[in-house]
Amino acid sequence: MSEVLEGVRKTAPTPLVQLSMQQAINRALGEILERDDRALIFGEDVGVLGGVFRVTDGLQQRFGANRVFDTPLAESGILGTAIGLAMAGFHPIPEVQFDGFAYPAVNQIITQLARMNYRSRGRLPMPVTLRVPSFGGIRAPEHHGESLESLFAHVPGLKVVSPSNPQQAYRLLKHAASMPDPVIFMEPKARYWNKAAVDLTDDQGSVSLEGSVIARPGNHATLIAWGAMVSRCLQVAELAAEDGIELEVLDLRWLKPIDEAGLAASVSRTRRAIVVHEGPRTNGLGAEVAALVSQSCFDTLRAPVERVTGFDVPYPSGDLEDEYIPNIDRILFGVQRVLEYRRG
Amino acid sequence: MAPRTLDTLPPRTADAGAPGPDQLRDLYRMLSNVRQLDTAAVAWQRQGLIPGYAPMLGQEAAQVGAGAVVDTTRDFVFPTYREMGVAYTLGVNMVEYMSTHKAIWHGGLYDPAVTHFAPFQAVVGGSVLHAVGWAHGQTLNGASTVGLGVALAFLGDGASSQGDVHEAMNFAAILTAPVVFFVQNNGWAISVPTEQQVAGGSVAARAAGYGMPAVRVDGNDVLAVLDATRRAAAHARAGLGPVVVEAMTYRRGPHSTSDDPGRYRTLDDEKIDGGEDPLSRFRAVLLERGVADAAFFAEADAQAQTRADEIRDGVAALTSRPGSEMFDFVFQESTPTLGAQERQWKEESEHV
Repeated sequence: MSEVLEGVRKTAPTPLVQLSMQQAINRALGEILERDDRALIFGEDVGVLGGVFRVTDGLQQRFGANRVFDTPLAESGILGTAIGLAMAGFHPIPEVQFDGFAYPAVNQIITQLARMNYRSRGRLPMPVTLRVPSFGGIRAPEHHGESLESLFAHVPGLKVVSPSNPQQAYRLLKHAASMPDPVIFMEPKARYWNKAAVDLTDDQGSVSLEGSVIARPGNHATLIAWGAMVSRCLQVAELAAEDGIELEVLDLRWLKPIDEAGLAASVSRTRRAIVVHEGPRTNGLGAEVAALVSQSCFDTLRAPVERVTGFDVPYPSGDLEDEYIPNIDRILFGVQRVLEYRRG
Repeated sequence: MAPRTLDTLPPRTADAGAPGPDQLRDLYRMLSNVRQLDTAAVAWQRQGLIPGYAPMLGQEAAQVGAGAVVDTTRDFVFPTYREMGVAYTLGVNMVEYMSTHKAIWHGGLYDPAVTHFAPFQAVVGGSVLHAVGWAHGQTLNGASTVGLGVALAFLGDGASSQGDVHEAMNFAAILTAPVVFFVQNNGWAISVPTEQQVAGGSVAARAAGYGMPAVRVDGNDVLAVLDATRRAAAHARAGLGPVVVEAMTYRRGPHSTSDDPGRYRTLDDEKIDGGEDPLSRFRAVLLERGVADAAFFAEADAQAQTRADEIRDGVAALTSRPGSEMFDFVFQESTPTLGAQERQWKEESEHV
């Protein structure tokens, strides 16, 4: 809901540390375990190994095998156990190793995790934060690069968030873990290793942890994105600026609930919108974004909302993934289409 | 069907002794309560009071015997949709329980946090993993001087086919979680008989593969079920890990009030396979031991009928929940999107 530009806040200097997203999440998890003795981390290989992406590196050594533990290789078991632990008063932070392996857990997520609070009339809350390394871009084998946001965002009872940079990953994860409802935390694995300055204090100033943020202000059109697509859209905005086109980049962050007010505020100013996501187009989250924008900005829109997305094909093998994931050229074509659109 | 014996549960010396006369009579009262209510609920459906019901006729001994072991101050029951007898034995408010069959609220109106009886739910095997997670939570909390809280996971022969049940048993054994997997093998998963459901013929036999002890018990003998479940719970409570109890019983009625068993079994089959009614069996035991007589049974059955009538009145009086509750319980902290949908519903609804 915030209109505040990240990083422009001018207050007393804060300790900034250069961290990758993977390190930032690791720091956040450590702090969560430190502050909340009901928090538990578990999943496949998260203990001794520290996770296949090393996101949980060192946490078992620090907090012991009761707080951070390896499970058998069974995702439904991980989620079902998390639900029972939540019923016993714990705050589970399970990990599913790769997005595509969340599928075996989908029954527990949809029929149980998302509904337990409802079914029990609020008496069995599910403060579960499910971490899912998500999206493509790392030349991985099949099922190691899927975009599940529209699947999860469609399920009543779940909240879905995806950070785009280390700072947000650090704060949004701590925020998600403090929430009393189930949150699917989608970590853009292609951004795990990119470093950026992270403010490790709890003082986020006026930058809300709810809703969207404007990653770059502009006035000719709004690029709407989340996860790894935000940095790509920032690159596009950089290039477009050389031609005098000022693109606003709206980092949606929360995919359920979507920040409808923030979305409307940005697009009603720029009057043009391009939504960019990795997942397949049909019934992708871009369709929801386009519907919301057309509802709130119908009178001011100068062009139909453009979608630059993955295709309605299975996520391709690594060799072809650059053809599938929206690249700079395809996003620029989308920008061109909304800028050049003329009413017929 | 005479149950094959299987008992790999190590003997424990500290187990409670055999039930005394008072407890025996209480067990009969509960069996009768459950029988009367179950029979009544089928009638309510025929009368149009409730849209549907899943009868547990024939499984009274299995459910009352298992339920009688539960200590609701520290244990937790994870049922499916056919554990009315367990709920009754635990002291769950039966009007609130039956509300789910009146389509008032999916999970029923009873408070699972207070009753320690998890919400009624329809995914067979779905709650078995929750039992394991809850039980592991008891281990993490640490045992009190009286031992661990025990999770009782209820499942049937049909649910044993679900992958989640395998995952649950494997997780429980790996975590040494205090869980009793209480399997009611009632011979049928709707229309599919156990022979076409359970490879190897026994769910209890599978426990060996997980390194878990198991007891296969005559599920129509309430005392045998009570004893087996008590031993299993004591094992789990002592921190020795999970146990499978397989109660061999028979679903004497239809799967649900919408089912037609005539399409897959005959009345003769039911007579032969169902064996003697668990209530008459227990009556014979009590008579033989001289702890009850015909007058006691008449009085207990009359009381059970009165209670069933009272519950019927309660169910009849249940009114719909306000539609706003559709929105109220989705999240602990609702969202602007959901708030907007609720406002629109209110504006466009006649029910405000």
